[in-house]
Amino acid sequence: MGRYGTEHAVTGRWRWPLRIAALTYLGFLVVIPVGSVFYRAFQHGFGAAWTAISSPDAVHALWLTFLVVLIAVPLDTVFGVGVALILSRHRFPGAWLLDAFVDLPLAVSPVVVGIALVLVYGKSGWWGNWLAARGIHVIFSLPGIVMASATVALPYVVREVLPVLQEIGTDQEQAATTLGASPFTTFRRITLPSIRRSLAYGVTLTTARVIGEFGAVAVVSGLVAGKTQTLTLFIQDGVENLNLVAAYAGAVVLALVALAVLAVVGADRREPTTERRKPRWRSPSDPSPSDSEVPLLSTT
Amino acid sequence: MSPPPVAEAQRLSISTATLAGAGASPRRRRRSVGRVVGPGLAVTYLSLLVVLPLAALVGKAFSGGWGSFWSAVSAPEAVAALKLTLLSSLAVAAFNGVAGLVIAWVLVRDEFRGKALINAVIDLPFALPTIVAGLTLLTLYGPNSPFHLNVGNAKWGILFALAFVTLPFSVRSVQPVLAELDRETEEAAASLGASSGRVLWRIILPGLAPAMLAGAGLAFARAVGEYGSVVLISGNVPFKTEVASSWIFSLSQSDELGAAAAVSVVLVLVALLVLLGIGLLRRRFDIPESV
Amino acid sequence: MVPVQILLGTHSLSTRKRRIGGGAAVLAAALAVGVGIPATAGAATGSVDLVAYSTPKPAFAALIAAFNATTAGKSVTFSQSFGPSGAQATAVVNGLPSDVLNFSLAPDMNKLVKAGIVSSKWSATPTEGMVTNSIVSFVVRKGNPKHITNWASLVKSGVQVITPNPFSSGSAKWNLMAAYGAQLNQGKTKAQATAYLTNLLKHTVAQPSSASTALQTFVSGEGDVLLDYEDDALYAQKKGEAVTIITPPQTILIQNPIAVSLKAVNPSAAKAFEAYLLSPAGQKIWGQQGYRPVLPKVAAQFKFPKPTTLFTIDSLGGWTKVNTVFFTPTTGVVATIEQGLGVSTASS
Repeated sequence: MGRYGTEHAVTGRWRWPLRIAALTYLGFLVVIPVGSVFYRAFQHGFGAAWTAISSPDAVHALWLTFLVVLIAVPLDTVFGVGVALILSRHRFPGAWLLDAFVDLPLAVSPVVVGIALVLVYGKSGWWGNWLAARGIHVIFSLPGIVMASATVALPYVVREVLPVLQEIGTDQEQAATTLGASPFTTFRRITLPSIRRSLAYGVTLTTARVIGEFGAVAVVSGLVAGKTQTLTLFIQDGVENLNLVAAYAGAVVLALVALAVLAVVGADRREPTTERRKPRWRSPSDPSPSDSEVPLLSTT
Repeated sequence: MSPPPVAEAQRLSISTATLAGAGASPRRRRRSVGRVVGPGLAVTYLSLLVVLPLAALVGKAFSGGWGSFWSAVSAPEAVAALKLTLLSSLAVAAFNGVAGLVIAWVLVRDEFRGKALINAVIDLPFALPTIVAGLTLLTLYGPNSPFHLNVGNAKWGILFALAFVTLPFSVRSVQPVLAELDRETEEAAASLGASSGRVLWRIILPGLAPAMLAGAGLAFARAVGEYGSVVLISGNVPFKTEVASSWIFSLSQSDELGAAAAVSVVLVLVALLVLLGIGLLRRRFDIPESV
Repeated sequence: MVPVQILLGTHSLSTRKRRIGGGAAVLAAALAVGVGIPATAGAATGSVDLVAYSTPKPAFAALIAAFNATTAGKSVTFSQSFGPSGAQATAVVNGLPSDVLNFSLAPDMNKLVKAGIVSSKWSATPTEGMVTNSIVSFVVRKGNPKHITNWASLVKSGVQVITPNPFSSGSAKWNLMAAYGAQLNQGKTKAQATAYLTNLLKHTVAQPSSASTALQTFVSGEGDVLLDYEDDALYAQKKGEAVTIITPPQTILIQNPIAVSLKAVNPSAAKAFEAYLLSPAGQKIWGQQGYRPVLPKVAAQFKFPKPTTLFTIDSLGGWTKVNTVFFTPTTGVVATIEQGLGVSTASS
């Protein structure tokens, strides 16, 4: 909010058209389908849904998904923040390649991700026998499921955090470093607060993607009910066997988990970051921030 | 180069006491070690999860030599599926890029009741397994649509399903950047008489462009690989509504793993090219870091 | 096997990651112990790993319960894996622990022969290695509004057909060979039968990737007739779907193979279970679940519809030949038909 309030920034007379456009699109595309999932889960009563989701297989599937999230999401988050820092703060040959490689898992269909993992870590894969001889079983057990889930959700934290890091620049961090702060302190006190919102969105997206992943996990898990079946596999089972209440109830659980994560990381809370927002770095010979922005209007 | 330490620290609202008393050498050494370990770990993680499996895939694709690779990739079904997938994904990425901006705008700059709920719901297409998404879309927008809006068994169904799964990203990539955007510039411009259109075009959009492009790139990549939610509502008819990932799945189920890998590799290559292109575009909007 | 600790332990991580990793490892270990992530397959005595295609899951629930009530099966525990037939076979080849195997068509079992997991003599049994039969049926809307009665009515003007995609679904292969064989059994030539297939595919408005998604597509209002296994259709009816099952006058006998793995960790328990599945008691349960028993005496107890002509895949040359001739992607008969249709009907 500035001197001129939100009216000008929201371009006054466009407020309602924008709202209607956004809400209509969201309504048909997201709200109604998600609402339909909830509706069909509870169509035959809360009791039926509860029974479906409290069977031993369902409960185990829930635990397994929870476990996978607990491992895969922090791994992807740390990796994501790390790569975003590297890409935004350093120039090195091959940076463009790293940038593109981060997004690649998405372009590979999940089933193919699973197949590729089996090609490397499976029994007749590149490393499968070597690992098995050392007692490490990747495919058809937890590590494989974690890896498959982590791979498909790899880019989200990077993509959320990187633009924000680029937007806010490095001047605060540089100043702190000049004043003698350790990299960790700089990160914790300066960088982290300014990326908190985007990091929260990244973590939420990553978690949502991990819990919703089906194709890759279906290939690497072996689909053993009560042992290597995640909640999405359990849901698929429900569809296969026309236990649609179980399937939709499972989907409701997934949706609630995603909502809970969003609430916990507080992505929708107002952050004080706007006060710490800084103009981009420029050398001392440049005029002060508010003066230098004006000429932009008259330049190309 | 930097302003006097104390004044600067005050401006940055960092307590000097916290930062005082730091020696130069141990910090610098730790920093250069960090500079190697950090990227090293990132590369290891990336290798284990992405590079190695991708290499294995490429290996499988060429396991029958260039001839079999080429015949797999130039098969009529593959060409039709690839064309359909790439065109649909581009269309959806572009459309959702704009839609995502509008939605992010409304979420960040507007206030109305129920906004928090709308904000929360946006990620849900990601959390829902693709089979549920597919089923739901088929029920709501297929032949038995309660809204008489039938996009089933048609290319529109594909676009709808792809829009559904890529929307969260189109919104969430723009949203945080929009929230962080420096308002002073806009207000300064407005106070000087710039119209809202001008403010939008000259100041806001350039600031958002990198994030929008990043979002579009990811939406494109996700759309290209999407299978589960598309397959139900599209009808999955070869040469008409069969997307590349479905053809790849069929090949893998027909014991043609090499061919499946070949088409996947082509898909990944095209996605890579598009992503690189977007990366180049983004760089034009980035302000060079003075590192 | 404690995969989580090993995975986290073999990496050298930075302090922060190690802290997170360590915490996660402790938590994960606790959960793993409590939750029962699989140890080495079959370590406990009397445990049988069942790997099957997706349709018979409810049937196996009943069969396992009944088996556990017998003296032979009293102390046998099961781990069960159900999925698409082809993908399950591939998983077993890739090392999925398995003791008893049940697929939807013989080629998937033969994949395991090649990998040395199943004996090449698996089909040398009184039931030819099969445990259940079924047929290809037509599933139509309740009351059969479009009056579908035979194969010819499928290609009447305005009729819309749904069948799974033959390249990703075993069920679809049965469907198409049933259509083809039905033509031959009506005295048509091979060329005419192929022409019928072309016509049928022209009327096919959706080719979902699996039988279950095909059923869902049909139930959601798409199409007029679905080609499906009879046992699947019966199950759908049992679950309350508003459908009518029409038995075509000529149709193919679907035969589902079963075998015990050569690598079974607990061969005696596995063989006992297989024997039960093939025993009159077990076959009766199969029948109750909608599958046609392979034991003639048990089959006679059930009133399954009798098609006029019931032929097998062997009469069409056997799966190996049929797969090569018809279902080779991009060069087989079906692919050629679809390419022809695609070129003429594809837009943009």
